[in-house]
Amino acid sequence: MAKDLTLLFILALPLIGFAINGVFGKKLPKAFVGGLATGVVFIAFLLATTLFSGLHGTQIVKLFNIIDFDGLRINASFQIDALSIWMTLIITGIGSLIHLFSMGYMSHDEGYHKFFTYLNLFIFSMLILVLGSNYFVLFFGWEGVGMCSYLLISFHYNDAQKGEANSLAGRKAFIMNRIGDVGLLLALFMLIGQFQTLEFLQIGKALNDNAILQGGALFFITLCLFIAATGKSAQIPLFTWLPDAMAGPTPVSALIHAATMVTAGIYLTVRSNFLFELAPATKDIILYIGLATTLLAAFMALRQNDIKKVLAYSTVSQLGLMFVALGFGAYSVALFHVTTHAFFKALLFLGSGSVIHGMHEEQDIRQMGGLAKLMPITHFTFLIGTMAIAGIPFLSGFFSKDEIMAQALHHNPTIYVVLVLAVTMTAVYMFRLYFLTFHGTFRGGDTLKSKVHESGTSMTLPLIVLAVLSVFGGLLNLPGLFFKNAAHWFDHYLSHGTMGLDQVHNAHLSFTTSMALMIFASTIAIGAFAWAYLTYAKKGNIAKADEAQNGWERLSAQKLYVDEIYNSIFVKPLLALSDFAGKVIDIQMLRNGVYALADGVLNTANLSRKWQTGFLSNYLFWMVFGLITFVAYYILKLSVWH
Amino acid sequence: MQAASSIGTSLDFYLFVSFALFTIGAIGAMTRKNMIVLLMCIELMLNAVNLMLVTFSTYYGNGDAQIFVFFTMVVAAAEATVGLSIIIMAYRNLKSIDIDMYNQLKN
Repeated sequence: MAKDLTLLFILALPLIGFAINGVFGKKLPKAFVGGLATGVVFIAFLLATTLFSGLHGTQIVKLFNIIDFDGLRINASFQIDALSIWMTLIITGIGSLIHLFSMGYMSHDEGYHKFFTYLNLFIFSMLILVLGSNYFVLFFGWEGVGMCSYLLISFHYNDAQKGEANSLAGRKAFIMNRIGDVGLLLALFMLIGQFQTLEFLQIGKALNDNAILQGGALFFITLCLFIAATGKSAQIPLFTWLPDAMAGPTPVSALIHAATMVTAGIYLTVRSNFLFELAPATKDIILYIGLATTLLAAFMALRQNDIKKVLAYSTVSQLGLMFVALGFGAYSVALFHVTTHAFFKALLFLGSGSVIHGMHEEQDIRQMGGLAKLMPITHFTFLIGTMAIAGIPFLSGFFSKDEIMAQALHHNPTIYVVLVLAVTMTAVYMFRLYFLTFHGTFRGGDTLKSKVHESGTSMTLPLIVLAVLSVFGGLLNLPGLFFKNAAHWFDHYLSHGTMGLDQVHNAHLSFTTSMALMIFASTIAIGAFAWAYLTYAKKGNIAKADEAQNGWERLSAQKLYVDEIYNSIFVKPLLALSDFAGKVIDIQMLRNGVYALADGVLNTANLSRKWQTGFLSNYLFWMVFGLITFVAYYILKLSVWH
Repeated sequence: MQAASSIGTSLDFYLFVSFALFTIGAIGAMTRKNMIVLLMCIELMLNAVNLMLVTFSTYYGNGDAQIFVFFTMVVAAAEATVGLSIIIMAYRNLKSIDIDMYNQLKN
């Protein structure tokens, strides 16, 4: 099959699934709905692998023209290159696994077909986002995933207890994302102003031809792009929506809020690398924002007691880590971490979903414990995910994180030290989560304990596949120390097939430094493991109740009061303003003004209506009166003349 | 233009009669309630105008206005026909030909 046709099929399949499930889903049997949704994504994945294997160079597939006036041409066109196909593989691959998982997880849900409709729509939007060959198509997908994210976060909006909270969480995510979207729109406008085009290739070429733009335009363009990225990828200051987004069903958290959508910001930055390379100031901003995010989010995750919230903050923290890599200009390193993170974070989220499913919707880890025996497969895969994210040697997270640390050490040792702190916290909170959930004694009471069960095959199968990927994902980009020939496969793959990246070279450290780094990183991870084992498994410490927390624990559990600060800075003044606009401007000024106008017209009309008495003699009187006046006027006029 | 001398009495006399007739008609139309009287008053005003037309026609020796008077009389006859029919129809409705009873059309 021709490449362009394959690409169109990849895009069309999820859309077909969305259309069929959306229109007929209610009447179709559940197995068909889930099977169809999973099937289309899986077939898209297979098609993407054929594109991947036959990949050379960049190919543009033009569908049709969207805008064509006044020198501005915007096409609905798609780009096949290393970056877009790699993202497609992640999205469809992880996506189909999560679809499969959802078939089990959502089996008791009455919104089953709706759920899969949204999921397919999300996959479609995300593919549009990563495959688009210009910023306009990217923007289309960008908005699409934002909408799907909103729909899926507030999926259980009519739940008796949590319905309102779910809707509010969805709303929060949507509004936060909109702030970022404004940045993207502004960047688009400025790009059109500077380049008269939105095509990636043409902008890159224009920058090559005359590299220097006037008036710091590139700084503002890249800054706006980064603002967009902070919205989607949950960086400071727009990160608070992501933990709240855990209100959605767990597969949604895994797919959208861990593996794919939140990496859209990373993708945007990597895709625009030719812009960012010419704007070092923005890169510094990215670096420090990413650094602050990874540190603060890791701190907040330390004392979260909701199994999904820990993972949510961990996601924010890992995304911050990726932005640190982007800030150093190590694009392929960031994308490598995106890949491994997609593996193990999807695994962890699905694992937590399996736990929540088995625990009958209980999410508080203080109610768990000792689940290792009750849910063996979930336990084992979750352990692998935890080890991968914590950086236990030779698992995927170890390699990808180590690459970022190496970049940091090469560029700025101080930042390396801060990252070590963040990475240590990551290992600590992940092992704390693991031991509290799966070891010790069960704390949820005997009735619940008797009901806890291992999940079905459709849920454990994705876990196993993802666990395998989490273990071996590191092989994609081995460091140069051990395997001279096989090393840095991913770096080469990406930099040879993506525009701009061949200009960028990652730092490579000497053998001893790399070795020392790896040993140090391993020590941290293993140390955290040992500490958590001793504290939570051996001594049997359990997480404190909310009231018993003090000092930094409270600070961490309350998320540094960021939500409260945002509330008092932005939300409350805005509410007061709306109140003022509603009560004073609208009711008192506008409404009363309109009323006064209407009353005035009515009163004048009433006054002049009295003239029309209906008595013929009155009319006659006025007629004669008019006649006499008329005649009198002319008589006077004539007599004045003569 | 030379004033014709064929008119016996002075011009003022004819004009005065015409004016008086018109005023009587107008005041009658304004004050009387009976529709038939009203119609008569309108007829009176029309004839006052006719008189004035004829007067000036004779005075200036120009026959145009006299022809015009015939038209006026024909119109007046037609108007009386229509007017009387309306009065009959109105009477059938309210059993009255008092003009003030017919102010309900405004609502």
